[in-house]
Amino acid sequence: MAEPAHRLSTDRLTAMYGKFTAVKDVSLSFPSNTVNALIGPSGCGKTTYLRTLNRMHELSEGGWITGRVTLDGEDIYGPKVSPMQLRRRIGMVFQKPTPFPTMSIYDNVAAGLRINGRLPRGELDDVVERSLRQAALWEEVKDRLKLSALALSGGQQQRLCIARTIAPKPEVVLLDEPTASLDPGGTQHIEELVFELKRDFTIVIVTHNMQQAARVSDTTAFFYMGQMVESGPTRQIFTAPKQEQTEAYITGRFG
Amino acid sequence: MNRRVFRRWVSNFMVGLMLMAVIVAVAPLLFILLNLIIKGASSLSLDFFTRMPVPAGETGGGVAHAIVGTLIIVGLASGFGLPLGIGAGIFVAEYPATRLAKATRFIADVMNGTPSIVVGVFAWTLIVARQKHFSALAGACALAMLMIPMVMRTTEELIKLVPHSLREAALALGYPRWRTSLGIVLRTALPGIVTGSLLSVARIAGETAPLLFTALGSQYMSFHINEPMAALPLTVFTYATGPYEEWHRYAWATALVLILVVMVLSIAARLATRQRLSGRG
Repeated sequence: MAEPAHRLSTDRLTAMYGKFTAVKDVSLSFPSNTVNALIGPSGCGKTTYLRTLNRMHELSEGGWITGRVTLDGEDIYGPKVSPMQLRRRIGMVFQKPTPFPTMSIYDNVAAGLRINGRLPRGELDDVVERSLRQAALWEEVKDRLKLSALALSGGQQQRLCIARTIAPKPEVVLLDEPTASLDPGGTQHIEELVFELKRDFTIVIVTHNMQQAARVSDTTAFFYMGQMVESGPTRQIFTAPKQEQTEAYITGRFG
Repeated sequence: MNRRVFRRWVSNFMVGLMLMAVIVAVAPLLFILLNLIIKGASSLSLDFFTRMPVPAGETGGGVAHAIVGTLIIVGLASGFGLPLGIGAGIFVAEYPATRLAKATRFIADVMNGTPSIVVGVFAWTLIVARQKHFSALAGACALAMLMIPMVMRTTEELIKLVPHSLREAALALGYPRWRTSLGIVLRTALPGIVTGSLLSVARIAGETAPLLFTALGSQYMSFHINEPMAALPLTVFTYATGPYEEWHRYAWATALVLILVVMVLSIAARLATRQRLSGRG
């Protein structure tokens, strides 16, 4: 059976904080096994938009939405959907690495798998190894899995967080400026990784860095002042944008 | 005088002032400790820790009953106070904006400022006057009442120190709210909470006033929590205000024992945290 063409999409999505509108009327679709970049200046609503996709937005103070978000055709804000279950299908990695400080490297990766009760040891070992390999971290940590996650460098911690996010096998991975707090080496690692990950996952990545969007993504959407100005294949957005604002932003005239 | 010399002079003067402040702050503490050791250490012996008091006029004997009493009363107080204090602290930190949390926080702050003798009188009215007899249990309740607001506020502050991003990371992984709070946030704050708890145990171990109206004190070894019981601070009080020279020396020695107990607890608190920290490396 063919995969649905559009795994995740939003239809006239508006995200509010109390009475303040942070994102207005955004309709976008993210095809399976693609990397989709959201770009725009600070405060343009791209992170808020990303957080509506796995219902993290509603945890912010006063956070609510109108419009629809669908995963494989199913409304994720529907009455029968549990946000906890949903977040296991749509994983998220944050701007700053957030390893759990009381857990070892191994336990960090296993954290998401242990929510639904215990897995047999061998099976858990396999998933942890596979996830760390996928996050390109296995070779660096395989001899010290029992060590605290805080023993790792910032870039390694971020890859650990990616491993932790993909371990429960989500369908979609949301990345919120995953390289913002990393040095160039760490950034390069993550970018290569994102490229690899799209074989297994659908990826939505928020980034400040336009070169990064151009390097890693298949589609790009440009946000400005809470609205989605333009979206399309990355190549087209960067070489022949239709909107003047988009062109101004990507050529560095503002933002 | 050029500017550089002047600046250095001002700098040295300020450092001197701060050093003086440190000496003024620390000197009384050292003086108390030294005084205790000089006047108390000579009466300390193994007997002092293991034997019961002897009738006035005789020499020898010890404060074993008071050591046991303090351990029982403080143990009971911690048994009541720590779970309640930590539980209330978690609640107030997790639901900071609710009316109940604000009220709880306000009451805890007022209670933290309440003189301990008032708490003692309160426990007397509530328990001793009704039961019509003094008891170790009433003493433990009074101490627990002192402990709860202290432990609650430390727990709250330490939970608030856990970065919000950690909570979000757990929620984004599909953790339910309660598991995020207990498994991730509380666990991260735990070393600090352990330290805070042990320090509050040390703090109430030295309280005298609340016990005067409740546990009363006793000359005998007792394990019955429904009867009056001896405790180190009460024994210090009795001996120090007694008429005999011998008693005064015992008062010093008992005070030294009390300080030792408190010090052991404080050091345990330090060790508990340090082990956690090195475990991270």
